Amino acid sequence: MIHIIKPGLLTTVQDLGRYGYQKYGVITSGVMDHLAHRIANLLVGNEEKKATLEVTLVGPVIQFEKDALIALSGADLSPTINGKPVRMWRTLFVKKGSKLKFGRCRQGCRTYIAIAGGINVPKVMNSQSTYLRAGIGGFEGRALEADDRLVTGELSRLSKDITSIITEEVDDEASELDWSIATSFISTYSSERYLIRTMEGRQFDLFDETSRQVFFENEFKVTTQSDRMGYRLKGANLHVAEAGELISEAVAFGSVQVPSDGNPIILLADRQTTGGYPKIGQVATVDFSKLAQMKPGDKLRFKKITHEEAQVLYLEQEESIQQLRQGILLKARR
Amino acid sequence: MEVSFSPLGDTAVVIEVADAITPKAKSDVQILSACLDLNSPEWMLEYVPAYTSVTVFYDPLKITRNNTLPYEIVCKEIRKMCNTLKGYEDPVSRTIKIPVCYGGTFGPDLDFVAKHNGLSNQDVIDIHTSGEYTVYMIGFAPGFPFLGGMSERIATPRRESPRLSIPERSVGIAGMQTGVYPIETPGGWQLIGRTPIRLFQAENKIPSLLRAGDNVVFFSINQKEYLNWKE
Repeated sequence: MIHIIKPGLLTTVQDLGRYGYQKYGVITSGVMDHLAHRIANLLVGNEEKKATLEVTLVGPVIQFEKDALIALSGADLSPTINGKPVRMWRTLFVKKGSKLKFGRCRQGCRTYIAIAGGINVPKVMNSQSTYLRAGIGGFEGRALEADDRLVTGELSRLSKDITSIITEEVDDEASELDWSIATSFISTYSSERYLIRTMEGRQFDLFDETSRQVFFENEFKVTTQSDRMGYRLKGANLHVAEAGELISEAVAFGSVQVPSDGNPIILLADRQTTGGYPKIGQVATVDFSKLAQMKPGDKLRFKKITHEEAQVLYLEQEESIQQLRQGILLKARR
Repeated sequence: MEVSFSPLGDTAVVIEVADAITPKAKSDVQILSACLDLNSPEWMLEYVPAYTSVTVFYDPLKITRNNTLPYEIVCKEIRKMCNTLKGYEDPVSRTIKIPVCYGGTFGPDLDFVAKHNGLSNQDVIDIHTSGEYTVYMIGFAPGFPFLGGMSERIATPRRESPRLSIPERSVGIAGMQTGVYPIETPGGWQLIGRTPIRLFQAENKIPSLLRAGDNVVFFSINQKEYLNWKE
């Protein structure tokens, strides 16, 4: 059991999303940063799809009411356990009664807290993700609040193995494993952070020549009107060559649509299932995590890649996650 | 069935059956959806039917491939499915009647829609309630019906910039389309009224009151009837 002492700005229970109900208009929801979520789960011996807590900019204060194996990934919000700084991207063992707190945001926007065994909240339409607008899923269909108590799940065999390794090594209140994950993952968040690899969108050709050009050349700023549904950007104004109404169709995570005011919107985890605005771009899956870690005021540029390149990058990213998964299995089984 | 494919990012493909909203397009979308339900390929995460297209979301890792990129294989397999489609009859349509309280604070854009089309507010209401609509798809928000069959005489473009918040159960117009917002959400439609009935019911196995293929009729109610409405 974990006890939420302070909830932070927006802390929700999320998994990899709710699939199969978009045809009834039910959005997928799910984590914004799938990579950080999956890695945090792997570090504690969970299946990647287990629910984690998604923390936004201002972290919660959480007390652990029993010993727990946890990992923190994504944004670095200066985490501490009982006042001592702890590292991101590590398997951590916390003793009963310990308090996890966060401080200043050093980098990124969203931190993921994975707990071995996952979080026991009921599945709604086959997912534990919180869908805030409809008030369903997650913990009572809402963001966490002070004094909420969340029950954690049964430990997997792998989580038990990792726990026994970590508890052999130290006797402190909080301890960490010296396993470090490939820097290539963390570099996702640091190198060329603002360059977002993007394909031409389905209606790219409908835009006028200037718009097609500046879309891939100019810088855009993430405005304060940005949330889990989408980021409204400010930069060059984009326009279709000939005005006309489009026939609504499906949209995806990373679709860049342009309403007639000319300011693009990048659709994200809480996006609607379909849209009627022309899509000038489509961000490649490989850079979803970079997007998820942007906050209002951050700048970005869309770097043009082809559909083929995006597919190859997707497969490469999955391959490196597969290697991480294997690496953890090998270390835990010794 | 004649279809064309184009990618929606690196994990989805849009299958287009037509480039205009027609009864044939609607029936093709339903046939294709039924076919995807029946075959349900292992790599398919889900599909999203729309007016003239069905978008299939897939898991590239579940696709067996030999040095071929996932997208090509998905297209090939779907094309194969389309070629085997045989006669399919549209299921019998239900008709659902939806009460709407038009104008005032419930329909802040009724004036704009009227002015844009050179009509009075009452004309817009009369035209909107005299139409017989078909649910082409559910999308955009949980249980949100996209309806075909609206009169061109009240067609109005979307707002230049979407509203940040639209109250649940608002009835709107966007271009040639009309629909109802089941939950509070941002959106760019012109709002002409509000209905007292719930279109999204999360507790039900099929969470949407309306389904693709349903017929819908709107009728006008006054504010008092709206407030006293019981489902």
